[in-house]
Amino acid sequence: MSQIKSFEDLRKIKEDFGKRIQFREKSFDPSKVVQIKVGFGTSGIASGAKEVMTFLRDELEKRNIEAVVTQTGDMGYSYAEPTIEVKLPGQEPIVFGKVNVRKADEIIERYIKNGELIDGIIPVNYHTI
Amino acid sequence: MAKYRMHLLICGGTTCRSSESESIRNALEESLERNGLENEVKVVSTGCFGFCDKGPIVKVIPGNTFYIHVKPEDAEEIVKEHVLNGRRVERLLYLEPEKELLATGSKEIGFQKKQIRIALRNCGFIDPENIDEYIARDGYVALCRCLTEYTPQQVIEMIKKSGLRGRGGGGFPTGLKWEITAKVKSDQKYVICNADEGDPGAFMDRSILEGDPHSVIEAMAINGYCTGASKGLVYIRAEYPMAIKRLRIAINQAKEYGLLGKNIFNSGFDFDIELRYGAGAFVCGEETALIHSMEGKRGEPTFKPPFPSEHGFLGKPSNVNNVETYANIPVIINKGPEWFASIGTEKSKGTKVFALAGKINNVGLIEVPMGTTLRDVIFKIGGGIRGGKGFKAVQTGGPSGGCLTTRHLDTPIDYDNLLAAGSMMGSGGMIVMDEDDCMVSIAKFYLGFTVDESCGKCSPCRIGNKRLYEILDKITKGEGTTEDLAKLKNLSEVIKDTSLCGLGQTSPNPVLSTLDNFWDEYVEHVIDKKCRASSCKGLMKYVIDPEACTGCTACARACPVNAISGERKGPHTINQEICIKCGTCMEKCKFNAVLLQ
Repeated sequence: MSQIKSFEDLRKIKEDFGKRIQFREKSFDPSKVVQIKVGFGTSGIASGAKEVMTFLRDELEKRNIEAVVTQTGDMGYSYAEPTIEVKLPGQEPIVFGKVNVRKADEIIERYIKNGELIDGIIPVNYHTI
Repeated sequence: MAKYRMHLLICGGTTCRSSESESIRNALEESLERNGLENEVKVVSTGCFGFCDKGPIVKVIPGNTFYIHVKPEDAEEIVKEHVLNGRRVERLLYLEPEKELLATGSKEIGFQKKQIRIALRNCGFIDPENIDEYIARDGYVALCRCLTEYTPQQVIEMIKKSGLRGRGGGGFPTGLKWEITAKVKSDQKYVICNADEGDPGAFMDRSILEGDPHSVIEAMAINGYCTGASKGLVYIRAEYPMAIKRLRIAINQAKEYGLLGKNIFNSGFDFDIELRYGAGAFVCGEETALIHSMEGKRGEPTFKPPFPSEHGFLGKPSNVNNVETYANIPVIINKGPEWFASIGTEKSKGTKVFALAGKINNVGLIEVPMGTTLRDVIFKIGGGIRGGKGFKAVQTGGPSGGCLTTRHLDTPIDYDNLLAAGSMMGSGGMIVMDEDDCMVSIAKFYLGFTVDESCGKCSPCRIGNKRLYEILDKITKGEGTTEDLAKLKNLSEVIKDTSLCGLGQTSPNPVLSTLDNFWDEYVEHVIDKKCRASSCKGLMKYVIDPEACTGCTACARACPVNAISGERKGPHTINQEICIKCGTCMEKCKFNAVLLQ
């Protein structure tokens, strides 16, 4: 990993990272590339987020859906853990709460495959700078 | 490929549910079916939107239309006008109040959201174990600019101008603290991050460290540059293994990129960070005790002055700041101190992260501008009290704080207002209590905690708090006297005035605050021997209802102290003087004739 020694170096990494995301989104069939973030703070893990993450990764691959599943910090909705954020290409991200394996399955079959929303969406109630 | 062309989202939060969101859902579904739309439009229930006074709420997407105060009768109109004909129903529409411009400077269409995430800006957005994601959201730009464009004094001026105050609870102006340390001459200085987070129920710092550890690392480096320190230390409690893991990964990644180490950004500035682990002592959140703990000594506070800024870790000048304080620093540099100072109140700038817990529906983390009212936090963002029960009090500041009641609900939250109301900001833990909570027991709980955590060095705290706890225990057992109430007040004030450190100086706060706001409850416990929340077992009586009792004698036979008497097939009675309140009679009774009063 080369060292970062200037503002230019920072900017380059930011650009490269942005390009990687864009590349992921545009080069593949837009109806296939999905980005999922799983809330992986201690609250999430204690509620079973690890199981959900493993399930999502395995099942999306089995069902041939191009997706990237990553971990992220606490989204803040402790009352609804485990929470995941699903972003279909070209759509606003949606946060689902109380996601267990059964719900994750429903999310894949209904929302990811058909764009059909299901019960248990957590409305995002904050701005982020 | 989408199956449905439109979705109708109904808020399923408790408050909306109790005002008919279920009926609205049914009405909408029936209407859609009647109009042949059930395969094109779907109705979905969501979690709480956090706008409970505008409910029931229906959101239509695509288009982000918000309807408020919706009734079941409105369903047909919404379906016919909006869904079928694409015309929004004006009378139900949420209209943004003209004067409410957001601090971000842009007017948002849609619901004005009460929370602004600054310290939590990356939590839930980035993978905290990937430094590139942090950089992609402008990470380390602030550090770069400080090292290449500004002098240390210029950066300190920015922090001062922003009005940032310590988020650990003390509220000391951060810029001033940095300036004091910067001015001291020494061959070695240290920058310390207080990640002990000892308040029960507080998890703001944990979430920041687990979700965005680089924000703290970057800020510590900036602090080092300003104060002339080349070494940073993070004092983190060992009970946070995930936060420790993520911090370690982040530090290593920063080192690999040369963002920590020698000659950062070719500026000649060296900075490195090490971790030190606490072992769960609340008192080690106090800065002098924390420093002694890091030095390998027992975590006991020492007298201030000298302040750590002049004489800290290993006797060298040390600048101690809280995790959340650090999380704000890069933003102040990048967006400018004026932007930061435009949020909040006159003397408390920016936002505060709170951990909402207790008897509230939406337990979790929130970040609101200073000046938001308690009412908004509890009843809007928090979704109201669980089970629809009555709000009684909210404890802010943990064991060092006081409780705020219904008369304080419209208090704008900031450092000075909370102090004036008899509590304090603290680190951000907010425990909500309802009508089933006994305030005397709450005070006893907090005292129990501080008695356990007292380091024992000074008599007022070591002995005084223990006596306070004993008196409260007596009262909850029904053995309190009016003399005890006077003693509680006097003793509390003495302990506050004479304790060596912040632990003792604030531990009587829950007592003083509950005495002030719930005097009646204390009097009831002492004189009437009654606990209105039915919580203090010592004040409860087991009583047999003569109407329901069948005289089966099951309770009498089970009673371990033979306190129950009565003829077979006749009503039985419990002798209260012998009764030890074990509750066995209630368990054995098959006729619900034993009552707890």
